[in-house]
Amino acid sequence: MQGTAKALPGAAHGPKVRARRESGLSIPTLWVTAAWRPRKERGSQPGTPGSEGGSGALSGKSFNSSRKGVPGGTGLGSRTQGGWGPGPGRVLLQVQAPGRGRGPRAGPAWEPGLRPLHPPALGSHARPLGYAQAPPRQIRLRSVPPPPARVYLPCRRRRSRRCWTRRPAPSHRPAARDWLSAVQSEGPERGRAFPAGAPEAGAPGCACAVRAAGLVPAELRSWAVVGQAWSVGSGSAAATGWGAACRMPEIRVTPLGAGQDVGRSCILVSIGGKNVMLDCGMHMGFNDDRRFPDFSYITRNGRLTDFLDCVIISHFHLDHCGALPYFSEMVGYDGPIYMTHPTQAICPILLEDYRKIAVDKKGEANFFTSQMIKDCMKKVVAVHLHQTVQVDDELEIKAYYAGHVLGAAMFQIKVGSESVVYTGDYNMTPDRHLGAAWIDKCRPNLLITESTYATTIRDSKRCRERDFLKKVHETVERGGKVLIPVFALGRAQELCILLETFWERVNLKAPIYFSTGLTEKANHYYKLFITWTNQKIRKTFVQRNMFEFKHIKAFDRAFADNPGPMVVFATPGMLHAGQSLQIFRKWAGNEKNMVIMPGYCVQGTVGHKILSGQRKLEMEGRQVLEVKMQVEYMSFSAHADAKGIMQLVGQAEPESVLLVHGEAKKMEFLKQKIEQEFRVNCYMPANGETVTLPTSPSIPVGISLGLLKREMAQGLLPSAKKPRLLHGTLIMKDSSFQLVSSEQALKELGLAEHQLRFTCRVHLHDSRKEQETAARVYSHLKSVLKDHCVQHLPDGSVTVESILIQAAAHSEDPGTKVLLVSWTYQDEELGSYLTSLLKKGLPQAPS
Amino acid sequence: MKLYCLSGHPTLPCNVLKFKSTTIMLDCGLDMTSTLNFLPLPLVQSPRLSNLPGWSLKDGNAFLDKELKECSGHVFVDSVPEFCLPETELIDLSTVDVILISNYHCMMALPYITEHTGFTGTVYATEPTVQIGRLLMEELVNFIERVPKAQSASLWKNKDIQRLLPSPLKDAVEVSTWRRCYTMQEVNSALSKIQLVGYSQKIELFGAVQVTPLSSGYALGSSNWIIQSHYEKVSYVSGSSLLTTHPQHLTAAVDTVHQSLVELPSGLGFWSKLVVVVFLFLFYLIFCRIIGRKRCLLSLPSSSFSQPMDQASLKNSDVLVLTGLTQIPTANPDGMVGEFCSNLALTVRNGGNVLVPCYPSGVIYDLLECLYQYIDSAGLSNIPFYFISPVANSSLEFSQIFAEWLCHNKQTKVYLPEPPFPHAELIQTNKLRHYPSIHGDFSNDFRQPCVVFTGHPSLRFGDVVHFMELWGKSSLNTVIFTEPDFSYLEALAPYQPLAMKCIYCPIDTRLNFIQVSKLLKEVQPLHVVCPEQYTQPPPAQSHRMDLMIDCQPPAMSYRRAEVLALPFKRLFEKIEIMPELADSLVPMEIKPGISLATVSAVLHTKDNKHVLQPPPRPAPPTSGKKRKRASEDIPDCKVLKPLLSGSIPVEQFVQTLEKHGFSDVKVEDTAKGHIVLLQEAETLIQIEEDSTHIICDNDEMLRVRLRDLVLKFLQKF
Repeated sequence: MQGTAKALPGAAHGPKVRARRESGLSIPTLWVTAAWRPRKERGSQPGTPGSEGGSGALSGKSFNSSRKGVPGGTGLGSRTQGGWGPGPGRVLLQVQAPGRGRGPRAGPAWEPGLRPLHPPALGSHARPLGYAQAPPRQIRLRSVPPPPARVYLPCRRRRSRRCWTRRPAPSHRPAARDWLSAVQSEGPERGRAFPAGAPEAGAPGCACAVRAAGLVPAELRSWAVVGQAWSVGSGSAAATGWGAACRMPEIRVTPLGAGQDVGRSCILVSIGGKNVMLDCGMHMGFNDDRRFPDFSYITRNGRLTDFLDCVIISHFHLDHCGALPYFSEMVGYDGPIYMTHPTQAICPILLEDYRKIAVDKKGEANFFTSQMIKDCMKKVVAVHLHQTVQVDDELEIKAYYAGHVLGAAMFQIKVGSESVVYTGDYNMTPDRHLGAAWIDKCRPNLLITESTYATTIRDSKRCRERDFLKKVHETVERGGKVLIPVFALGRAQELCILLETFWERVNLKAPIYFSTGLTEKANHYYKLFITWTNQKIRKTFVQRNMFEFKHIKAFDRAFADNPGPMVVFATPGMLHAGQSLQIFRKWAGNEKNMVIMPGYCVQGTVGHKILSGQRKLEMEGRQVLEVKMQVEYMSFSAHADAKGIMQLVGQAEPESVLLVHGEAKKMEFLKQKIEQEFRVNCYMPANGETVTLPTSPSIPVGISLGLLKREMAQGLLPSAKKPRLLHGTLIMKDSSFQLVSSEQALKELGLAEHQLRFTCRVHLHDSRKEQETAARVYSHLKSVLKDHCVQHLPDGSVTVESILIQAAAHSEDPGTKVLLVSWTYQDEELGSYLTSLLKKGLPQAPS
Repeated sequence: MKLYCLSGHPTLPCNVLKFKSTTIMLDCGLDMTSTLNFLPLPLVQSPRLSNLPGWSLKDGNAFLDKELKECSGHVFVDSVPEFCLPETELIDLSTVDVILISNYHCMMALPYITEHTGFTGTVYATEPTVQIGRLLMEELVNFIERVPKAQSASLWKNKDIQRLLPSPLKDAVEVSTWRRCYTMQEVNSALSKIQLVGYSQKIELFGAVQVTPLSSGYALGSSNWIIQSHYEKVSYVSGSSLLTTHPQHLTAAVDTVHQSLVELPSGLGFWSKLVVVVFLFLFYLIFCRIIGRKRCLLSLPSSSFSQPMDQASLKNSDVLVLTGLTQIPTANPDGMVGEFCSNLALTVRNGGNVLVPCYPSGVIYDLLECLYQYIDSAGLSNIPFYFISPVANSSLEFSQIFAEWLCHNKQTKVYLPEPPFPHAELIQTNKLRHYPSIHGDFSNDFRQPCVVFTGHPSLRFGDVVHFMELWGKSSLNTVIFTEPDFSYLEALAPYQPLAMKCIYCPIDTRLNFIQVSKLLKEVQPLHVVCPEQYTQPPPAQSHRMDLMIDCQPPAMSYRRAEVLALPFKRLFEKIEIMPELADSLVPMEIKPGISLATVSAVLHTKDNKHVLQPPPRPAPPTSGKKRKRASEDIPDCKVLKPLLSGSIPVEQFVQTLEKHGFSDVKVEDTAKGHIVLLQEAETLIQIEEDSTHIICDNDEMLRVRLRDLVLKFLQKF
C-alpha cells in the first residue's frame, strides 16, 4: 500500500512529495486532511460555506464507494479499513493535481477557497511566501466516518501503538473557539499556530515495510527474524515477535514547532519504530494557546507515555523547554525526559520565572503550577556528555557539546544502525565563556539542525566585540544610559565578562548593573558547572573564577531614575516583559540613551518591533510609546551562522539534512547551499508536515570465525575485476543468525553431504599407448592451465586440481583412446571446460 | 586472549589484556610502599635524622654506612625515595594501544609508562580522575623536588649485597628497577595523552573492541571498565564501592515510614499504626543487614559522594577481572569515621594537636564533611583545621565543580545552587584554612592546639615529616592514620622512639569480601580473575576463610610477572549483510524453526568491520569476438559451488527422467543403491544414499540436463 502524502493546507508540496516524485511514484492525488475540530465549531464558523459541517457527514459506505473511483486513494482507504482513519468530524480535503486524476467528480460539497490552500505544487518545492492567495485547484470536501475504537493496524501487533495518531483536544484547553478564530483570521500564521494539519502520512503497515524491504510476503516469515537479529547482534536483549520484524525502514520527522519558524521547538522523530520528541518549547510571540505545541497531534485518545519512548531537551531556553510542565503534567506524560545536568539545574528556575510572569503578572489561570514544575523535573534523567544512554534495549541517545548556553547539547538518537542527530541550538565558534560545538564523524542518516542564522555569515567575533564596546563606551561618555536586554543565562555572562575586562582596562567609572534575582543565581551556576565552560575559564578557575565580577553590581529598580550614565543588563532578552521592558519604557524617550539587542528577537516581541525599525509602539492600555533612544543590534546570540552550520554538516557527514528553527526564506537559501555543497538531500518541513526518509539498515549476523579467517587469508581487498565471492550458509534459528561455511552448516544440522559426480568419456584419436597419451594430455594441460595445479600421478592418471583424467584403450578401436574425465559438482565449471578442451584434441606431439 | 600481570599489588594493579588484536593496559598503579624503606625527607634540617648511626654488617664491615642508616632496630636507605614500577620487561610496552584508568590512585605510574617505553597510544580516563590524578602527581613531584637530596644510594641494590641486608630490604623485589620520581614535565606530557571519557560512553578501538567506563562508586570519577566485542565481554572491576547507595536507602526507608504514617487509614488506632511502623523499621534493619551494612542509621555518611556503582552493566561477562578490594577487610568504614572523630575530639580537648596524614583528595572530603557535622556538637568550633598541601586549594576547588559525578544528594545541592561539599562553608567561616606549605602564611596563622591534614601518608616526604618531628615527642598529640595504603607501623618506624599517640582508623570504602560474593552472585561472570592475595585468607588471619573470594568455578589467580591465558575461545564475529543482499536471499525451512539461506557475496573488510555486499553483476558481453574469448577463458576454480545434501528417490527420479523424454530408462539394483541406465545415450547414473555419479559421453547438453534433474532432488548449502 502506498502511504499517501497528506499535509496541512499550504504544505501540500513539501519534501515528502518531492521525495516520492523522485522515487518515480506518481501521485495523482493528494489527500489533505485538515484538523478542523471540533466539528460543530467549524461548522459555526462565520463564512464557512461547508454545509457538511453540522450533520452532513457521509456514511462510511459512501465514502468507500467514492474512494474506489479515486486513483491513488487506496492508501487512505486501507487505513480506514484498518481502523485508522481521520477522527470524527474531521474533514478530508482531496486535492487533485492538474492534469492528473480523472477530473472533478461529483462530491457532496465543494469548498472553494475555504482556506487558502496552497496548490499541490507537485513539480516544484518552491513555496511562494505566505500560505494564502494561491487558489486551490479542485478541492472536494467530505467528512469521514468516525473510526472504530481501536486504532491498531492489524498487522502491527507490537508496535501498533507506535504511530502518531491524534487525540481529542484536552478538555482543559481553555478557549478552543477563540483560538480557532484567531487561527482563521490570521492566515499567514496558520502554519505556526496550528501545527497539526494532521499529515497522517506514514504509519505504514506491514505490507509497506515488506515492500520497502523488497521482500515478497512469502519470504517474510523467515525474515521476520531478520529484524530481531539486529537487536541480537548489537548486543542487547533480543526483541521478539513480529514487531521487530515490522520495523519500518524509514525515519519520519514532524516538527510540531520550529518548523520554518523560531520558537516553540518541538520535533517528533520516528526512527526504527521508536518515537522520540525533541524539545518541548514555548513560543514567545504568542500569549494564547499557540504558545505551546499541539500535543494532541501525537495521540488523540491514548496516553502520551504509550506513544513516546522518550523526550529530549537540548538546553534550558524556554523556546526549547517552556512547555515541558504543561506537556508532562497537564497533558500527561510519564516517560523519561533526558537533559544534561546544567539544563536540569537551570530549567526549573527559568520555568518558575516564566510561570510567575504569566500567572502573577498577567493573571493567567489554567497555567502550570510550581508543583507541576517540580513533578515534571522528577521525570528527568540527567545525561553526561558523550554518555551512551540506553533508553531501552534498542534506543540509545548520546549527548555532544553544543556550546550555545551552559549545558546545551546536541543529541544523537540511534536505533540499531539508523541514527538521527538533533543539534538543538549550537555555536561553532568559542566565545568568552563557552567552547565550540563539536561532534564526531558519526554519519547519521539525518541531521536536524537549527538554522537561525541560515543566511548570515558573521564577521569575526573580535570585530563584533569591539563594535559593541565602542558603542557602549560612546554612550557612557556622552552621559547616556545603556540598556542591554539579555536572558539571565548565557549571553549575559559573556557580555559581563567582556564589559568587566573592558572596564578594568579603560578604567571606567560608570556603574554596570545586573538585574537582580535570577542573574546572581545564574552566575553561581556557572561557577559550579565550570566544566561546561571553555578551556581558558576551566584552567584558571582555581586562581580566579571569571564569574566573580568586581565592577558589576546588583540592580535595584530605583537606580533606573538615577542621573548620569550607567549600563544595565536586564532580563528578559526580547523586551517582551519584565524588568527590561520597564527600564526600556523609562529610557526610550531620551535620544542620548541606547538599547543594544544582543540576540535574536522572536516576531511579536517589542524587541523584534524596534529592531524592524518601528518607532512608535503600542503598549498595554493603548498607550503609544515613542522610541527616541538609539536601537542597536549586535549579533551576540550564540547560534551558528551559515558557515558554522556548513561546518557542522561537514563534521557529522549526514546522509540528509533537515532544517528547523529558522525563517523559511532563509532556510531556502541554506537548503540550496547544503544540497549543492554536500550533495545530500535537505528538507525544511513546516510545522505539522512530515518528512519521511527511507533507510536501509544492514542486517548484522554472526559469521563463524573459521569462515571469516579463511576468507581473510586470501587477501583483504577483492579486486574489482575478479571479485572473490564468499560462500556460506546463513542459519536462522530462533532469533540467532549465523553465517557458517557450508560444511559446518551440514555438520551442525546433522546432515550428510551428497556427492554428485560426473564422468565424461572423451574419445581421442591416438594410436599410442595409454601412458603416452596420458603424458601428452599432461603436457598439454600443463601448458594451457598455467594457474592450476596439474599433476601426473604415478598410476598414469592426470589430475587438474581435484579433477581426475584417466586414459584407457577403446574396447573396439585400437586407434582411439578414451579419456575418462571425472569431477564433482563443486568443480563443474572446470570439469566441463576440460572436457571441451580435450575434445578439441591434443596438439600434434613433436615426435 | 591473554592477561599479562605487571604489578603484584592487588590495589594498585597494572595488567595488560590482549584481546582481538588490541593490547589494552588496565590501570597503571605505582607501588609506593617501596618508599617505606627510605629515610624521611625532612623539610627543615632535622638533627635527629641526620645523626642516625650508619648500618654495618654483622662482621663489622661498614662500607654501606653512607647508604644505610639504622633507627630503633630498623634499617633505612638514606637516599631519595624510589618507587617500585610495574614490570616493563614482560611485554613490549610500546605495543600497548590504549591504557584504561579506573581511578586516580591507579594512574600514578602513568608517566613512567607513557614517557619511557615508546608508548604511542591513548589513555582513557574520566575528567575527575585526570584532574585529581594530576593533583596527586603534582603533590608528589613537589614533595620530592623541593627537598633536593644530593645523595642517591645504589650500592645496596647490588644483588649480592642485598642478600646480606636485614629483613624488609632483603625481600624487596626488583630493586634494580626502582625509579626515582618523575618530573612535572613528564607528568604534563603523560597527562596530555589522556582522552577524557564519560560514564557509559562507548569507545571504539580500531573497530574491533568497544570499551566503556562505568561508575564504580569508589571515588570521584572512578570507573570500572567493560571491554567487549560483539560476542565476548570482559569486565574489569577495580576499586569499587557499594557504600554510596547508603544515603538513598536511608531516605527511601524514612520516606516509606513517613508515607505509611500519613496514608494509613484514619480508622486505625494509634497502636496499629505503631505496629506497622515498627514492622517497617525492622524490615529496613534486615535489609541493611543483607546489603552488608551495620549501624546504618547511626553511621556517618562516609564516601557517599560519588555516583553509585553500576552493577547491571557488568552482567553476562565472560571474564571478570577483579582488583582493588578493600585493604582492611575487617574494618567497617563507618565505625572508623566515628572513631576518628572521637579520638580527634579527645586529643584536642586535652590540649593536644592532631595530625592526619592523608592524600590531598578522596577520604579527606569525607573527613571534612563528618567534622562539619561534628564540630559544633563536640565543642570544637574554636579549633583551627589546617589543610597543608601544594594542591590544597585546587583540590578543594575541584571537588566542588564535578557535580555531575556526584551522588544524587550532592547533585540536588548543586541545583539549588549550593556547593556540593560543606567544606566550602568551613572555609568561609574560617574554620578550615589551607596552605600550600608550612612556609609562608601558615607560620603566621599557626595556632595550637589544632588539627592538621597533610601528606604524604607514607610519612616519608611532604609536610607531614615536619609535624612528626615537631609533635612526636609529646604524648598529648595524636597522629591518626586514615589511609590504608601503608602499614602504620612501618610508616612510623623511622620516628621511633615516639611519644605521641597513634590511632589507626583506616577508611577504605572499597568492596569487602561479603560484598564481592554478593556482587559475583548478581553479575554471574563465567570466570573470575583476581590477584593471588584474594584467593587465600590474609597471612595475619589465616583462619578467616571468609576473607577470600569464593566463587564457582574457582577464581583464576595471578601474581606479578605472570601471563594468564583467559579461558574462552572466540567462535563468531559480527558481519553486516547489506540490505540489497539480504533481499536477494531466499531462506528455506529445513527443520521446524530452523531456516537456511545460501549466501554468495563479496566480503569487504575495513577498519575491522566486515560487510557482505551483493556480488557484482556479470559484465554484459560487449562484442562477439570478446564473448567468444570469454567463453574460452579458463574458469576460475575459486567460484565455489554449494554443497549438496539429501538423497534421491529412485522411482521418482525415473519418472522424472521419463517425463523429460528419456524413454529407455532401465534400473538395476546394486548392493548400495541403484544404477539407472539410459541406453540410447549410453549413459549411466549411479545412485547411492549419499552420492550420485553420472557417467556419460562427452555430451555437455545431456550432462547439464541430467545434472539439473538430479539437483531438483537435492538441497543446496
